[in-house]
Amino acid sequence: MTTAPNRSGPRRRWPSPRTTAWGFLAPLVVYLVAFYLYPLLRNLDLSLRDHTVRSFVRNDAPFVWLDNYVRVVTSAAFAPALWNTLVFTALSLVFQYGIGLALAVFFHQHFRLSVPLRALFLVPWLLPLIVSASTWSWMLNSESGVVNSVLTAFGADPVNWLTSPQYSLLAVLVANIWIGIPFNLVLLYSGLRNIPPRLHEAAALDGAGGWQRFWRITMPLLRPVSAITLLLGLVYTLKVFDIIWIMTQGGPGNSSTTLATWSYELGFGSLLPRFGPGAAVGNLLILIALFFGVIHIRVQRRQEAA
Amino acid sequence: MSTRRQWWKTALGVVLTALMLFPIYWMINVSLTPGERMRQTPPDWFPTSPTFEGYAAVLRDQLPALGTSLLVGVCTAALTVAVAAPAGFALAKLSPLGGGPLHFVLVIAQMIPGIIMAMGFYSLYLSVGGLDTWWGLVIADSTLAVPFGALVFTAFMSAVPDEIIQAARIDGAGLWRTFRSVVLPASRNAVVTVSLFAFLWAWSDFVFANTLNGSGDVRPITLGIYRYIGNNDQDWNSIMATAVVASVPAAVLLVVAQRYVAAGVTAGAVKD
Repeated sequence: MTTAPNRSGPRRRWPSPRTTAWGFLAPLVVYLVAFYLYPLLRNLDLSLRDHTVRSFVRNDAPFVWLDNYVRVVTSAAFAPALWNTLVFTALSLVFQYGIGLALAVFFHQHFRLSVPLRALFLVPWLLPLIVSASTWSWMLNSESGVVNSVLTAFGADPVNWLTSPQYSLLAVLVANIWIGIPFNLVLLYSGLRNIPPRLHEAAALDGAGGWQRFWRITMPLLRPVSAITLLLGLVYTLKVFDIIWIMTQGGPGNSSTTLATWSYELGFGSLLPRFGPGAAVGNLLILIALFFGVIHIRVQRRQEAA
Repeated sequence: MSTRRQWWKTALGVVLTALMLFPIYWMINVSLTPGERMRQTPPDWFPTSPTFEGYAAVLRDQLPALGTSLLVGVCTAALTVAVAAPAGFALAKLSPLGGGPLHFVLVIAQMIPGIIMAMGFYSLYLSVGGLDTWWGLVIADSTLAVPFGALVFTAFMSAVPDEIIQAARIDGAGLWRTFRSVVLPASRNAVVTVSLFAFLWAWSDFVFANTLNGSGDVRPITLGIYRYIGNNDQDWNSIMATAVVASVPAAVLLVVAQRYVAAGVTAGAVKD
């Protein structure tokens, strides 16, 4: 007890040097180097070599610089994959955000049962993706799916959701929107809770209607949370692979192929793997994700500073 | 007056929730529908003559896969906490040199698509022999959770008051003891949140399982479902029964640990 005071003053920050902190960081840093950086470097190396199955095992493929990238970008499959990725991502974001926001505003009104019902909305987000994807596959099945049987009951023609090129992207889009709604709901709901209720009360006293208050108070004050939600959603949607692969394998043809499924298809989808081009597509996807990732971090930094 | 409006909202809320959860109801319904009634139009809206054959098939075929998923999930959670918790402590309380850039790296790491990691791991495991092993899957799956875990621990441990840590130091505790006996117990919620999500993500993983463990016997339950889908007879009764069983951890999580789930979704995304 008597030795305590001469160790450090009570107002001083941590007494030991900042370098000892690295003892605690070492496992993480080693982990990141071994299991993030190294696989990514292997991937980069794959994309710069001309691989065959044999050279892949023996690790002696010739170095071809950017040939794989050139081949990938100039291939006929590139434009559709990029376009599908854009459409899939943009529409997913618009609908996930729109529906998530509407539900967040609705649940924010605190009616009876609002808390357990809101909790139930989380279920789709927690399910394994293969569970959601296979359930949607069966619901959208051309002959026996429940969606088509509802359509025919209302006199509409059945739709080949998963097997026709016009509808396959729409089918995976619907499933992906369904999965993404809970995430948007939770983030936007927590954003709504941080808006002081007295602002709404004051505006209501001044005669502002519900609609006006939503556009003049809720939306502007929700902007930071909206930005983060949309950017995170964007980065996550670019990554989506499981749902599309399980439901359509990117088909028929390449009608629902995105960069993510195309990369996988090149690398693992056939008996004759093309690791080089597959890795090249993957690295292009990383570049796109990182671009928006850096924007995300900058937005977040600015909000923390504000 | 206001109670009538409340009821109207509750009714709408119930309808919306029912719509949202319809696919889950349908999964359960189909898992109980006998094979011969599966392809009729219109389909059975309710399991009036339920069969448990699908679940019998799960017990018959999928027990090893469920065991693998459980093992991989638990080990992934343990590995994630072991790597992420000390790092979170350092980032939150020790202001290490290079902490800012490291934080940046963690945020970025979460954004790297899984298929690209899978390709890298495939290439790596081919040379070191990690393909078709449970530990190979644990390491790959943990990459889904470690950056997230480190960020969650950093956020939670920043909230641990400096005074408690100072007190431990004054009592002569070393850094490691302070971490073990003071900071970690105080961040119990973070440990629960991170473990739950690490387990759930490993349990749900399909990309790594399919690329790294696709050919051998060490297959998790997600591949069990995928194999069923790939079969020519496409026995949807068994597929959906397996899907229901594979959803159990998510359901348990929601019932038992709902507040941790919400904390996990919000962590790192929104500053409260």
